[in-house]
Amino acid sequence: MGIIDVRNLNFSYDETSKTINDVSFSVEKGTYTTIVGHNGSGKSTVAKLIAGLLEKEGGSIVIDGLELNIENLYKIRSKIGIVFQNPDNQFIGSTVRDDIAFGLENHCVPQEKMDEIINTNAEKVRMTKYLDHEPTHLSGGQKQRVAIAGVLAMKPDILIFDEATSMLDPQGKDEIKKVIRGLHEESGLTILSITHDIDEVAGSDYVVALDGGKVVMTGTPHEVFGDEQKLRQMKLDVPFSLKFARELAKAGVKTDKHITMEGLVEELCRYRSNM
Amino acid sequence: MPISFEHVGHTYSVGTPFEYAALKDVNLDIREGKITAIIGMTGSGKSTLVQHLNALLLPTEGTIRILDRTITAGEKPKKLKSLRKDVGLVFQFPEYQLFEETVLKDVAFGPKNFGATEDEAAQRAAKALKQVGLPADIAKKSPLELSGGQKRRTAIAGILAMDPQILVLDEPTAGLDPAGTAVMMELFRTLNKEYGKTILIVTHDMEQVFRYCDDVVVVADGTIRTKMEVKDFFRDSSLCKSMNILPPALIRMKDMLTEKGFEIPEEIDDIKSLAECVAGQVNHG
Repeated sequence: MGIIDVRNLNFSYDETSKTINDVSFSVEKGTYTTIVGHNGSGKSTVAKLIAGLLEKEGGSIVIDGLELNIENLYKIRSKIGIVFQNPDNQFIGSTVRDDIAFGLENHCVPQEKMDEIINTNAEKVRMTKYLDHEPTHLSGGQKQRVAIAGVLAMKPDILIFDEATSMLDPQGKDEIKKVIRGLHEESGLTILSITHDIDEVAGSDYVVALDGGKVVMTGTPHEVFGDEQKLRQMKLDVPFSLKFARELAKAGVKTDKHITMEGLVEELCRYRSNM
Repeated sequence: MPISFEHVGHTYSVGTPFEYAALKDVNLDIREGKITAIIGMTGSGKSTLVQHLNALLLPTEGTIRILDRTITAGEKPKKLKSLRKDVGLVFQFPEYQLFEETVLKDVAFGPKNFGATEDEAAQRAAKALKQVGLPADIAKKSPLELSGGQKRRTAIAGILAMDPQILVLDEPTAGLDPAGTAVMMELFRTLNKEYGKTILIVTHDMEQVFRYCDDVVVVADGTIRTKMEVKDFFRDSSLCKSMNILPPALIRMKDMLTEKGFEIPEEIDDIKSLAECVAGQVNHG
């Protein structure tokens, strides 16, 4: 059983359609899992159900051995940190320091301990220099880093990112992806990331693909993103390496399926050195 | 040239401790009937530049010519209302600005403001909804009932209903998934090719610039760093690299192959020719 275990989950916002339709998947402790799917496929709803922000209609969610129900809700929330898409919607404090302190204050952490926790977590997202800055003077990427520090301060075991990079510019995207990867590798946190970013998917351990509120594929990035036809059906972006491999095949060169360009170029080099 | 900037500068909060020169000595010509991409890092001055295009901001230095109007720093500008009809500006996340009870009313708001009768405005709105590819039955719905992509198209229709000659869009695909992005970019291509609109798009996505745009303008530190045709801009990756821009996948692939000793001619700019070129250099069936 994984640290997140979702079984036969069901949910709908209204009576006309099922947003989540019998979804089951499992996330192993310490892994980096990505959830992919087009807008409206049910990705964000799944994240909110797992964090207990929405109430499921059927099925079960077990987090670290605890069944998600009204008795366990607060215990489970203390294990999960979630970062959302819009950097401007989740900045509460008047300065970076206040913002990171928000959760700690709610948990009545004593002042002397609080300073230390704030400093440690600002350091983890490289925002120490900005502790007294106001949000209006921060870039989107910086605000998202503060949001991450804020949830880290609560010492979660699981971090959920709901398209945390999709509203950022390329530089901000890179910053956040590096921070997430660093947290995963150094602190061994379990990461569940909802994303459209093909590079982030390629670097993850496990992929869950949703379409129309159902799990349509699970597996390694290679298994899920190796199938161009399925990707198109799911309205997902096809990695350039797959498109190029298809053109190569038309030109008479058959290659393996690669989800990165590096992999494909390496294979092409092997055929070349045989000439 | 429908738009030209001559020595344009814009300084915010002149004479205060917050004085900040967001644009400095900008010289720029935008070609008519083309799709021009405006790229640059956050804080480079792109948004300030774009807001000059329909005189939401006025230059503090220099002269801007837009269609038949001239806006000179320090002089009282004329005919601004008609300028705002001719240059439609679509902000980031325009769907946040929908406010009417129905889609049709929301789209008809602009033309009515510019003096169209109720009937005319409704007709223009219906036409604009068709242009952005929304089905007719959506017109009577509340904007709140629409999906994210439909809301955004409704907001764009609201600008198109004023029948602008120039359409300026600030990151029109931000937050959309790949399929939604493709639909949106195809829409701009149609508006450009079939309806003859001159289009300017602020974007961070180099794949979009590469696939859909004719010209590219790079803004850096409040000035125009480069302006050229997209096909020249991406001829190789050196320009991109010098400006810290991730080139499109095809250009990165060309680079990687060249680095590994493949002979890839500079002028290849489509995936099919690149595949054929590589196929000729490997020994594999």
